[in-house]
Amino acid sequence: MTTSQHEISDEIAKIHADSPGGAPLLDFPPYRSTLLRHPTKEPRHVDPEGAELLAPVFGHSDVAPVEADLTVQRGGDPIGERIRVHGRVLDGDGRPVRRQLVEIWQANAAGRYSHQGDQHPAPLDPHFTGVGRCLTDDDGRYSFTSIKPGPYPWRNHHNAWRPAHIHFSLFGTDFTQRLITQMYFPGDQLLALDPIAQSITDPAALNRLIAAYDHSRSEHEWLLGYRWDIVLTGSHATYLEPSDD
Amino acid sequence: MTEATPGQTIGPFFHHALAFPGDCELVPFGSAGSVVLHGYVRDGAGDPVPDAMIEIRQSDAAGVVPRSGGSLRRGGAEFTGWGRCCTDAAGHYWFSTVEPGLPFFAVTIFARGLLDRLFTRIYLPGAAGAVDGLVAEREPDGRLRFDLHLQGPSETVFLTYPRT
Repeated sequence: MTTSQHEISDEIAKIHADSPGGAPLLDFPPYRSTLLRHPTKEPRHVDPEGAELLAPVFGHSDVAPVEADLTVQRGGDPIGERIRVHGRVLDGDGRPVRRQLVEIWQANAAGRYSHQGDQHPAPLDPHFTGVGRCLTDDDGRYSFTSIKPGPYPWRNHHNAWRPAHIHFSLFGTDFTQRLITQMYFPGDQLLALDPIAQSITDPAALNRLIAAYDHSRSEHEWLLGYRWDIVLTGSHATYLEPSDD
Repeated sequence: MTEATPGQTIGPFFHHALAFPGDCELVPFGSAGSVVLHGYVRDGAGDPVPDAMIEIRQSDAAGVVPRSGGSLRRGGAEFTGWGRCCTDAAGHYWFSTVEPGLPFFAVTIFARGLLDRLFTRIYLPGAAGAVDGLVAEREPDGRLRFDLHLQGPSETVFLTYPRT
């Protein structure tokens, strides 16, 4: 018998009662694929050195401006709600991460990825790959034009559905700031049921993954705006260790 | 310090978005002075992890960490010190690169079923000051071998840094 959503939600609730935390728990059994893929030992503390202090550098030779518009890549209009997702990439001290690479990927409006491994029987859109890249500007700003992704089923448990999301891949100024995460949409009823989102047991931390609807960036008769700011961990480059304690 | 945005798993469907031509060749495969760094990613049952992505960051042979762009559109002329490899069906990853003058490769690991990135280092054989367990093996054909075990009796030593 496959596990029900009710049983998964019970498992999630029990873990949340025990361990509110801002980072996702790597050992999070409601997401079944974590069982054999989470480290069991505490990570070893080291001070970053050498290559760890410098993130890779990307420039205009790496990314064409058109890559930030996922609606014009395939010679026709993709189907779905046209959206703009914009925001800033900041480091842990609130400084903009300048001229750095942002990569995104997502399902189409029907909840299907343009990936050969995705067998969900929803239509592919010949005009949508769901893949984009851009560089942040001097204020750390990024902006993508896209289509609102659909939710989709997965096989974690019976009748399991992922909330609509966009995957984001981010770099900071240090190699140690590397982040891959998922941006969610406001008001999505599937978030509370989703073991991947709920692996972040502190609701305030999970809220940091949810974009805000931004009417100031919606465009008349054209698209809906969303704003989502991303904060990486602290940089070591200009950080001075406190001299006491 | 502002609170950081949490990570989430890379999921299963990233290859078409994140792989790119030459992603794992920091220098062309087989070029003079190049070395292959490779290994397998395994789970707690010892099974291959065919949907992982490994990234490395390193200095050049002289110990300088490059600050030049061009990793995504490799022209072949410039060494950028960064590469990316998606594991294959056998959980295998490989890079064609140079042996870094600073004695380790900085490594990030992502995978389906892994809710946040992991960091580690791969030291060159004989490196002074290497973290125990994080030294690559030199194979008879000259390649550097380092397997990554997410869990289990051979679980890799993963690292955390201040401010993360």
